[in-house]
Amino acid sequence: MIAVETFPSIDQASSALTGDAIYLGGGTLVMRALNYGEQNFTRIVRSTDPTLKQIAASGDRITIGAGVTMAEVMASPELSFLAPVARNVGGPAVRNMASVGGNLFAEHPYGDFTVALLALKGSVTLNGGGEQEMESFLSSRSGFTEVVTSVSLVRPSERDFFWKKVSRVKPKGISVMSIAAWLPQSGGRISGARISFGAMGATPLRAKSAEAALEGQGLDQSSVAAACAAVRGDFQPPDDALASGWYRSEVAPVHLRRMLLGEGGR
Amino acid sequence: MAKTPVQFTLNGTHRAHFVDGGANLLDVLRREVGDLSPKYGCGQGTCGTCTVLINGEPHLSCLTLAESVEGKSLETTSGMANGPDLHPLQRIFMESFAAQCGYCTPGMLMAAKALLAGNPNPTREEVIEGISGNICRCTGYEPIIDAILQAAVELRSGRVA
Ligand SMILES: Cc1cc2nc3c(=O)[nH]c(=O)nc-3n(C[C@H](O)[C@H](O)[C@H](O)COP(=O)(O)OP(=O)(O)OC[C@H]3O[C@@H](n4cnc5c(N)ncnc54)[C@H](O)[C@@H]3O)c2cc1C
Ligand code: FES
Ligand code: FES
Repeated sequence: MIAVETFPSIDQASSALTGDAIYLGGGTLVMRALNYGEQNFTRIVRSTDPTLKQIAASGDRITIGAGVTMAEVMASPELSFLAPVARNVGGPAVRNMASVGGNLFAEHPYGDFTVALLALKGSVTLNGGGEQEMESFLSSRSGFTEVVTSVSLVRPSERDFFWKKVSRVKPKGISVMSIAAWLPQSGGRISGARISFGAMGATPLRAKSAEAALEGQGLDQSSVAAACAAVRGDFQPPDDALASGWYRSEVAPVHLRRMLLGEGGR
Repeated sequence: MAKTPVQFTLNGTHRAHFVDGGANLLDVLRREVGDLSPKYGCGQGTCGTCTVLINGEPHLSCLTLAESVEGKSLETTSGMANGPDLHPLQRIFMESFAAQCGYCTPGMLMAAKALLAGNPNPTREEVIEGISGNICRCTGYEPIIDAILQAAVELRSGRVA
């Protein structure tokens, strides 16, 4: 049998997260493992700390508590730019459960919300106040044994943020890939381009060649064509039941172009 | 190992139960409480037939840690009818062949009830989105979508079941 330990504060939960314990967010992945006997834990640690539900804007950044669900993201006027992203996670019931914190750890092909956080210069705040930039967090998340209290990201202007999820089943389907881009412009030129892809590797990853192709350019047919040509070299995507790695590589430029130029099509 | 006490309301009635560590809400509702209306389909969040409302919002009971519903208000399809009178959603599902084998029906009804509570006048696309977490292997979905749209009209007009 599993022991469940519920704590009113994150500090207490964090101290209890030792040995073969797992932290429970919304539980959509943890409970699934448990139902199938695939758990590698004997204790579940959770916290009812209200700070896990906070959403707070400060300057050009916004902080989202790790316990905030996708449905709560969609309902928050301050997070309206992330509503299309949250809406693309599961169906309505999953969105009432799936947390921002849990999405950080969701394995391929999941993790759509984290793809957007990566593009939006996201960082992860650990209990105790330590902060980790999203890319380094993702590259080391498998050995993670702490509690994430919140994530922080930039608040983009609507014009500068792009999002697209590609799935075979509509309106709810698992990602063949998901794509996010933050392309801030100054004087009509892109400065600080960030493009990230989900389901193109073990974790959400940045498309650094595509970013470089857009840097210093205007967002137009020719710069987008250069970025789409470059993106082919950015990933070695895996094969899975949804799509082969070859297929993912072939269609990534198509979906990147459609997203950036606002073209229709699936 | 010791069991943990959990208290909640189920369809308006106060309940107190002892649950095993790590038990999911679906098991507790079916085995401890005896409410057999939420079904077990997949145990992994994919089918939606275990959908229940927690504080009015749809949740997958198979993926809900039972202890996490402490103090919350739960609704299942068992609580939809008013005595002998079916809820309009139930009646219209029945009349318009939106239930064939019926296995998905409890989850569909819960998803539909939550949808109409938040959006009494949904478009067809909004209904499709509202039941997108629920799989039906029999109907092809069209009768279900039509039934929800028809129930929405009836509920808006205030006609009682
Ligand atoms: C039917 C279905 C459809 C889904 N569709 C999608 C989809 O379209 N897109 C997508 O991205 N995902 C999808 N998922 C996966 C999952 O629901 C989401 O990724 C969700 O955000 C995971 O969050 P959770 O709170 O449920 O995680 P949990 O199951 O609670 O936890 C997952 C992991 O994260 C860890 N964790 C959680 N919170 C913290 C924290 N604060 N600090 C440290 N560790 C933490 C847990 O220990 C665990 O290892 C789907 C799942 C199901 C069942
Ligand atoms: S039994 Fe819960 S979603 Fe299938
Ligand atoms: S009526 Fe049989 S699964 Fe829907």
